Amino acid sequence: MSRGTKQKLAFALLTAAAVVVVVPVLLVAGYIIWRGAGAISLEFLLSAPRHGLREGGIFPAAIGTVILTLGTAIVALPLGVGAAIYLSEYARDDLLTRLIRMAIINLAGIPSVVYGLFGLGLFVLFLRCGTSILAGSLTLGLLTLPVVISTAEEAIRAVPQSFRVVSVSLGGTKWQTIRHLVLPNALPGIITGVILGLERAAGETAPILFTVAAVYLPRLPRSVFDQTMALPYHLFVISTQVPGMPMTLQFGTALVLLAFVLSLNAAATIIRSHFRRRRSW
Amino acid sequence: MVTGAMPPASLQPPPEGTCDAMTTTAVPSKIRVENVSFAYSNAEALRGVSLDVYPHEVTVLFGPARSGKTTLLRLLNRLTDLLEGTRRSGRIYLDGQDIFAPDVDVAELRRRVGMVFAMPIPLPMSIRANLTYGLQLKGVRDRALLEARVESALRAAALWDEVKDRLEDPASSLSGGQQQRLCLARILALEPEVILLDNPTSGLDPISTSKVEASLHELKQRYTIIAVPHSVQQAARIADRAAFMLGGEVIEVGTAREIFTRPRDPRTRDYVEGRFG
Repeated sequence: MSRGTKQKLAFALLTAAAVVVVVPVLLVAGYIIWRGAGAISLEFLLSAPRHGLREGGIFPAAIGTVILTLGTAIVALPLGVGAAIYLSEYARDDLLTRLIRMAIINLAGIPSVVYGLFGLGLFVLFLRCGTSILAGSLTLGLLTLPVVISTAEEAIRAVPQSFRVVSVSLGGTKWQTIRHLVLPNALPGIITGVILGLERAAGETAPILFTVAAVYLPRLPRSVFDQTMALPYHLFVISTQVPGMPMTLQFGTALVLLAFVLSLNAAATIIRSHFRRRRSW
Repeated sequence: MVTGAMPPASLQPPPEGTCDAMTTTAVPSKIRVENVSFAYSNAEALRGVSLDVYPHEVTVLFGPARSGKTTLLRLLNRLTDLLEGTRRSGRIYLDGQDIFAPDVDVAELRRRVGMVFAMPIPLPMSIRANLTYGLQLKGVRDRALLEARVESALRAAALWDEVKDRLEDPASSLSGGQQQRLCLARILALEPEVILLDNPTSGLDPISTSKVEASLHELKQRYTIIAVPHSVQQAARIADRAAFMLGGEVIEVGTAREIFTRPRDPRTRDYVEGRFG
């Protein structure tokens, strides 16, 4: 083989590798739309399941997923951003900091089913939250923390150091500088990170399995101590636990879940590009 | 004309007015630097520096690169606190008070001793917000007072006429020279007592440079100014008093006339006459 042929071959293989990454995404999305679009109707979106889940819609599960996503944000946002501020602005490079960083990395590596069991043990049983939105949100919040912390820290570090020096030289304390200068400028990056974390939480099944999810609860939850249905778990149940389940309902449910997650993704992208255009540094 | 190519006549100090440095030596110093040594974590920067800065004068610190000028400037309002692993000895007094004493409010010190950096760094906000930033952190809420300070500071920095109709525009939309004057105005809005200027005309065209230099003569009526100039020529043009620094030491301090016309130390003479640096 000549050098030119090798060059062409390498280029072709690398291009193929890149294209192969895109293909499954398109195939999955296309297949689910093709099989599930027929199930989508106002009735499907806005009514509760009936007849042992074999008929009706997904309204309580969809709302449950929205509520759990919000709950996750409420847990993960203050904890994650607080930890990110500490790590980027205050922490010295000492043993404590290294331990915290190691914990975060390990947190990211824990299988989601383990989060579910941990949530069951700590929140549901030990802290007596019961099987509830509270316990589910706390569990999903923990799961989301590593993503939130690392993206928020990156966003905070991206604010130029020179701005901090100027702020301090104008009589700002360290906290005033963080509060009035660093955080406002890091906010778009932080929001993007939080949304990416929520996206993962919204689609998880295992962590909510033991902590919040109800198989069949055809009404909306009344408080944070209530159980709720949720789309990923509902999809799991109707795909594996219900004999004689119509396939279109399964694909319709998958389609709604996919649309929800992708619209979160789109929101993150829009926020990021909007602020990047406005940014002056 | 390029400022670097000034004729030798410019080495003469500016005409002496009522504020002649010679007559002020009996006045108590505004800032007294006493035997200060300072080292960064990886390099020594200052060795046994002593210096008196008198009120309503322009004191210049000049010398070759890495002679410790900027370090000394940053010590005067304790911006050096932001770095880790530094070592310092000696004392610095502002109006007779040790600025490193444990009961000193560092934020208040930095409002009294304001710094204009070599590179203009507008904060990522509007022109107006850049000017009110420091005051708001200080706790000033009074809208009328903020407005008044914005205008007076911009006027003092010779920027008002250019920006008065666009105060809400982002500060980054200003030209380099305007940004430098904005950074000066931002300090003036805090009504400091001492202004530290670290190479305030770096990157400016000759016209902006002469505007900044001219404004110094106005400013010293109200403030005490310590400047690191960008050339010996500029030092001679703006200084009432000058300190020649070399290798982290102050070689010679004196009035501008002494330093730029009959320096005592041969090293000062060589540098002023352009034989090295």
